[in-house]
Amino acid sequence: MARKQAIPTSAAQLSNAFDRRAFVLGMGQASVGVLLAVRMGYLSLAEQAKYKAASESNRVNLTLIPPRRGWIVDRNGAALASNRADFRVDIIPDRLVDAESTVDRVATLLSLPPDKVADLKDKLDKSHGFRPVEVAANLGWEQYAAISVRQPELRGVIPQRGYSRYYPTGAVVGHVTGYVGPASAEDYEKERNPLLITPGFKIGKDGLEKYFDQRLRGTPGARRVEATASGHVVRELGTREDIPGLPVKLALHGPLQDYAARRIGLESGTVVVMDCRTGDLLAMASMPCFDPNSFSDGIGRIEWKMLSDDDHVPLRNKVLRGLYPPGSTVKPMVALSFLEAGLDPHATVVCNGGLRVGNRVFHCWNHRGHGVVDMEKGIYQSCDVYFYYFAQKMGMDAIAAMASRLGLGQEFPLPVAGQSYGTVPSPAWKMRKYHKDWAVYDTVNATIGQGYFLLNPLQMAVMVSRIASGRKLMPRMLFEDQNPRFEPLGIPEEHLELVRRAMTEMVNGAGTGHRAQLPIPNVQLAGKSGTAQVVGLNVGNGKGGIWNHRDHGHFMCFAPADNPRYACSVTIEHGGGSGAAMPVARDVMTYIFDPAKAMAALEDLERQWGGNVEQRMAAKYDAYAAQYGANAPKAANEEQVAETVADDNKPVAEPSTAQTDAATPAPEPEVAPSPVPTVAAPPAAPASASPVVLPHAGTTP
Amino acid sequence: MKRAYVPRVIAAQPWGVIFPLFLLVLFGGAVLYSAAGGSLRPWAGMHVARFIVFLGMAIGISHMPQNWFKRAAFPIYGTLCVLLVLVEALGKIGGGSQRWLNLGFMTLQPSELMKPGIVLVLAWFYDSLPPSEIRGWRAIVPAGILLAFPAGFVILQPDLGTALAITFGAVVIMFLAGLPMRWFAGGGLAAAIAGPIAFFTLLHDYQRKRVFVFLNPESDPLGSGYHITQSKIAIGSGGFFGKGFGNGSQSHLDYLPESHTDFVFATMAEEWGMLGGLFGLAVFAIVLRYGLKVAINAPDRFSKLLAAGMTATIFFYMAINLMMVMGLAPVVGIPLPFMSHGGSSMMTIMVCFGTIMAVERWSRRPGGLS
Repeated sequence: MARKQAIPTSAAQLSNAFDRRAFVLGMGQASVGVLLAVRMGYLSLAEQAKYKAASESNRVNLTLIPPRRGWIVDRNGAALASNRADFRVDIIPDRLVDAESTVDRVATLLSLPPDKVADLKDKLDKSHGFRPVEVAANLGWEQYAAISVRQPELRGVIPQRGYSRYYPTGAVVGHVTGYVGPASAEDYEKERNPLLITPGFKIGKDGLEKYFDQRLRGTPGARRVEATASGHVVRELGTREDIPGLPVKLALHGPLQDYAARRIGLESGTVVVMDCRTGDLLAMASMPCFDPNSFSDGIGRIEWKMLSDDDHVPLRNKVLRGLYPPGSTVKPMVALSFLEAGLDPHATVVCNGGLRVGNRVFHCWNHRGHGVVDMEKGIYQSCDVYFYYFAQKMGMDAIAAMASRLGLGQEFPLPVAGQSYGTVPSPAWKMRKYHKDWAVYDTVNATIGQGYFLLNPLQMAVMVSRIASGRKLMPRMLFEDQNPRFEPLGIPEEHLELVRRAMTEMVNGAGTGHRAQLPIPNVQLAGKSGTAQVVGLNVGNGKGGIWNHRDHGHFMCFAPADNPRYACSVTIEHGGGSGAAMPVARDVMTYIFDPAKAMAALEDLERQWGGNVEQRMAAKYDAYAAQYGANAPKAANEEQVAETVADDNKPVAEPSTAQTDAATPAPEPEVAPSPVPTVAAPPAAPASASPVVLPHAGTTP
Repeated sequence: MKRAYVPRVIAAQPWGVIFPLFLLVLFGGAVLYSAAGGSLRPWAGMHVARFIVFLGMAIGISHMPQNWFKRAAFPIYGTLCVLLVLVEALGKIGGGSQRWLNLGFMTLQPSELMKPGIVLVLAWFYDSLPPSEIRGWRAIVPAGILLAFPAGFVILQPDLGTALAITFGAVVIMFLAGLPMRWFAGGGLAAAIAGPIAFFTLLHDYQRKRVFVFLNPESDPLGSGYHITQSKIAIGSGGFFGKGFGNGSQSHLDYLPESHTDFVFATMAEEWGMLGGLFGLAVFAIVLRYGLKVAINAPDRFSKLLAAGMTATIFFYMAINLMMVMGLAPVVGIPLPFMSHGGSSMMTIMVCFGTIMAVERWSRRPGGLS
């Protein structure tokens, strides 16, 4: 109050002040009014175009209609992967208002089991943005309708009718077709295609689905609707139909594939059947396998637990990605290399059950000895000493060259994500890889398909088909109308004849493969078995005990023996020896000539195994669901699955250090094969446990 | 207006204001009719009917003698304060943010009535204050307490918009009453300092968020920024002539929230364009100009302050609402006078309007008390 001397304010002064201040107030109000008018002009005149567009994009909802995916069919046009009309429900996380209550509401309406609800919540936790999350597919009309009528209250929940991928034969083709799934964030980043985040649209994640994804995809349709903010459709403005993707026709024979996969039974193994004239891959079964149907619906926690617990590595396509020491199956090839190098097939060696090389004794699988052995006997009796002896004379280079000519160590031009092509050892290779000189025991190991030798079941099938045809057959997966002309291998016919004769003898005569004889009159099978050791004899005998210490069983064959038409390779992982592979090969080949007879045999077996593939998987799922329910650990997301698949499909590493010892041949199957493994596979070993070739076995000095 | 042949009661009304106002209300009714999808129910019919009822009430108020106002000023204020406390107490018991009292025949929102209430009590206060005291603390402290009590309670409710409206009315009265300018300068300075502090300490999270979102609506396109964005889209897409009656997609497809209450202006602008907006602004200009003219021409201090304060309250409603729908102010729940559907707010506005008319009557008949 510095100016206390000022005269007291009078009423007149106040009235005066009121007038002045009211004027100021009025001016202030007027300027706010002008400001509002200007602002309005700015919005509705200057910015009109922008807001008109925004209003229009609010009003009109453009919905992409996911295109129907092209079919994958077998050589006769039967569907291996098709589409079926279904009702589905997705959630778009960004549009959820109250995630928790919405999910609970949807779960109640669809009566989802607790483990599925837990899966859904996991997926929602991990997802973000506009990538739709599948709640359920293959719903009934009532469930779909239950969601549809409540859509205004369930923001972000999208019920749809559309098409979903359907694999009529399920798990038996899983590794060939692969599966589909919603696009991942990375996929979307790469393509920036709005189709990828359209609910219900899926892309190929593995196998042919992935390889031919663009071809199978098709062109999306579109639907323009006027919709309210909550998604309620007021009216349709127009629809454009989708254009389905193009089909992919395979050389595969669906029923044979089905039979082969089923025949593998409880074992972990592969069956490859090739046409000896065209190279067509008629069957390439790798079991156990995931069910592409449920994989395509998203992998739930129970399935993931099942897959993770399974030491048979169901995610690995063993036909292309499994590498195994071939064991004695290389002997016909080695014999051809001997003939090529000029060895007289009648040259003999006396087998006393072992051969002394330097200061070591290399045993024959038959410790009692084979007596006098020539080449044919060496093959059909699978005498190791014969090969030990002559391999030293002929040298490893000749063997390696022949192995390459027959397709070993090679990748084939196939529409697949990758192949593990294994190893054909040679002195040059060893020097390159280990900087060590080739040793005699390396040759000895290689001649019986042990040591560094690794190949995949497809290569084994190619090898036997080339021996059977004498031509440089190439495998092919896609069906083509024209039959390719394959040039001859350049191996003299009499060499091939001798080997084929020995292989015929092996099955039908004095050989070790009687179990593989075809129960078909006038059709003979020619083949060669192989038993590959996984661990040294000091660890286990390879026949029983821990599953993944047992020997691998191989069998390769062709039929008819006198006029080869079909070639087949069977590999049973840890089957306890070739005795596990031979009956499978026999039944699969029988199916080609007499399906009814083969089917009868299979049905007998399946009764013992507890149903066919589908039934056993369903039973296992139920058991897991009952045991774990929603308590199973979280399912992996897309990225983790892809990683695991990649991990499981990694080729077996070559030993990092050179082997320094000889392998001991595993006995050939006169020894009774191990009984069928117990039905419940022990889930003790981690799923990623890969068969590793142990470099050495016990040898006597 | 010389209308010798019409009854005095009718001829005495300020038709130059009531007529445009009635047009605006009918216009609002048309907008509400369209917003309801072409139906008089539930909003449009009620809107016009309410206006007529409350206009009657306003004319009733305008016939009250000035000394009634003066005598009732403090009791009304006191009653409203008690009701505010009561609301707070009952709300606490009810466990929600209930801001009204259910009187059985209607719901009463005391904070709403406090807007004219504070104007009335402060006009009375400054009228009774000797002019010589206007520069001293006696001019500010009692007024401050009269303001602080209701404003504080309303903030507690929490209803920032109403608290600001009450404060605005009070500050305008203080300003017009002739408080020294340094109080306002000091008050402005204090607000500039205290404002940010209060913003980060006193405000509720959702209120803070609204302010942030107002500053950057795109940061929350589906949350509270949604309101602002959709409102701007509605106004902007209307253009100059609008999309036509009944063709507003923003309101009809529910993109515009609160299309019949707080955002009714956007609903209107979408269909009637800038033309409709200018009409609304013109009517508001007429009403406010009328209010200020009445205040300036009023015979005495009490009526001057009363009329000006009531005008300021109506102005505050309009200005904040329009700034909000055009994206110039944060979203606060304040309806647009004469156009938004809602009984409580219309009653308040019509109380203000009736009071202005009353002041006009006192000026015409110099029979008011000195």
